[in-house]
Amino acid sequence: MPRVQLSEVTKYFGNKLVLDQVDLSVDLHEVVCLIGASGSGKSTLLRCINRLVKVDYGDIYLDDVAITDSQFGKVGLHKRIGIVFQSYNLFPHLTVLDNLTLAPRKVHGKSKKEAGAAAQEQLDRFGMDSFASAYPEQLSGGQQQRVAFVRALMNRPDVLLLDEVTAALDPELVGEILGIIRELKAQGMTMVIVTHEMGFARDVADRVCFLEGGRILEEGDPTRMFSEPKHERTRAFLDRIIEAGRL
Amino acid sequence: MTNSRLPEQGSAGGANRRPPPPPPGRSFDWREAMAPSLISIVSIVVVFGALAWLITSAEQWPRIKLQFFSVDAMVAAFPRVLQGFWINMRIWLIVLACILVLGIALAVIRSLRAPWFAPFRLMVILYIDLFRGLPVLLLVLLFGFGIPALNLPGMPSSSLFWGSVAMVLSYSAYVCEIYRSGIDAVHEGQWAAAKSLGLTEWQTMIYAILPQAVRNVLPAMMNIVVALQKDVALLSIIGVRDAVREAQIYTASTFNYSSLIVAAGLFLLATIPMARLADYITHRDRVRRLQIGG
Repeated sequence: MPRVQLSEVTKYFGNKLVLDQVDLSVDLHEVVCLIGASGSGKSTLLRCINRLVKVDYGDIYLDDVAITDSQFGKVGLHKRIGIVFQSYNLFPHLTVLDNLTLAPRKVHGKSKKEAGAAAQEQLDRFGMDSFASAYPEQLSGGQQQRVAFVRALMNRPDVLLLDEVTAALDPELVGEILGIIRELKAQGMTMVIVTHEMGFARDVADRVCFLEGGRILEEGDPTRMFSEPKHERTRAFLDRIIEAGRL
Repeated sequence: MTNSRLPEQGSAGGANRRPPPPPPGRSFDWREAMAPSLISIVSIVVVFGALAWLITSAEQWPRIKLQFFSVDAMVAAFPRVLQGFWINMRIWLIVLACILVLGIALAVIRSLRAPWFAPFRLMVILYIDLFRGLPVLLLVLLFGFGIPALNLPGMPSSSLFWGSVAMVLSYSAYVCEIYRSGIDAVHEGQWAAAKSLGLTEWQTMIYAILPQAVRNVLPAMMNIVVALQKDVALLSIIGVRDAVREAQIYTASTFNYSSLIVAAGLFLLATIPMARLADYITHRDRVRRLQIGG
């Protein structure tokens, strides 16, 4: 049984077709990387999975239950699917601890003490216990992104969505974030990752999907796909990446 | 040392590399340091002195001085004008508090996107069109004279109360638009992050967006605060005995306008520090933005 299943997902922005009948299934503990040029629809596809973007046609299932189903209620889906963004999107007026405890307290009804203890435990786990009372702007980009990971993991989600999480970071800070993702994979987290880090995609992904024009043109085992892509568009895309020195 | 065997490589060569000597020092020259400020002071004294001489040597100056700057009249009018000014300040603070609260409530209603808010959104839009499109003076007259004349049962009948209500309604329309620009300026990613964490639209607004919006608009809001401080004087038209009214009363009995100058001085005493505070807050906000941007 796939953990996440997308069936003929179609999305328009105005008259522009962004996703064209996309089928995708992600198994339990599987890590799927979405690659493709800017505007290929990969970020939109990711945001459809946790309903940040509403699909126009097609269905998305989490453990065989449609994500629009009433059993998720208003907040259930967000408890089970976490997301980390390219630009961290931490709340700048809240301390790290308040960033982490906002949703547990206001959405899931935990007490301040309970949520605070849980947040502290997560910070310890990621070696960031000293950041609790800092404000986001006092931290480096890499540290902010690590806090964003902790925030997404606070509810112990079943699926984690990563939207170009290293794209805004200085090159020397990318490593610490990739380390966290590897660790999460080792713990069995199911992840859908949009990334431009092809080398990383090859290492960490169980499966790579190449998107262009809102469709998955090719998908498969990362080693095979990066060495001998079947589709000529995939080959052209990878050639451009290699030319830019990113693989 | 293997370096000695290598060919000479100019300033980049290892052991022989020496930094250039410090530039020749220049001792502190007080004339050079003081000259610009001295020139400024002298030119200010010359220009303003010339202006003062021009004005006071005018043929009509003694009449002007008697009419507007009579020290005796000022001293005589001062206690009543100051008493009136104290009323100005109290009205200002109360009206300001009401405006800030009403303005933020209107801005929140206008910014929420859920469909069932549509009728309230429309009401706010109509409200803003109406009250931003009418002169404050007209509203003050309409409310301050009109409503007490109705003798509504159970409603206050004081002109001061209804005049203040008119000020609140008029200013809230502007303040609402300022808050709204601050809400719009919060990055879209903040909404996405809050939604992905499961916050409802209302919770997102209260806990994530509004605190950032208020910080965004603080400089613009300070200008409103200063403008309101002097616009409170509009209430004198409906008989509120504020500083302007008290000064007018004195003028009416003595035909001397120095009492108005006293009121003007009191207003400046209050508004100039507020304007400086506004400048300071704007400056601090700019520094903060530049730091985040860098």
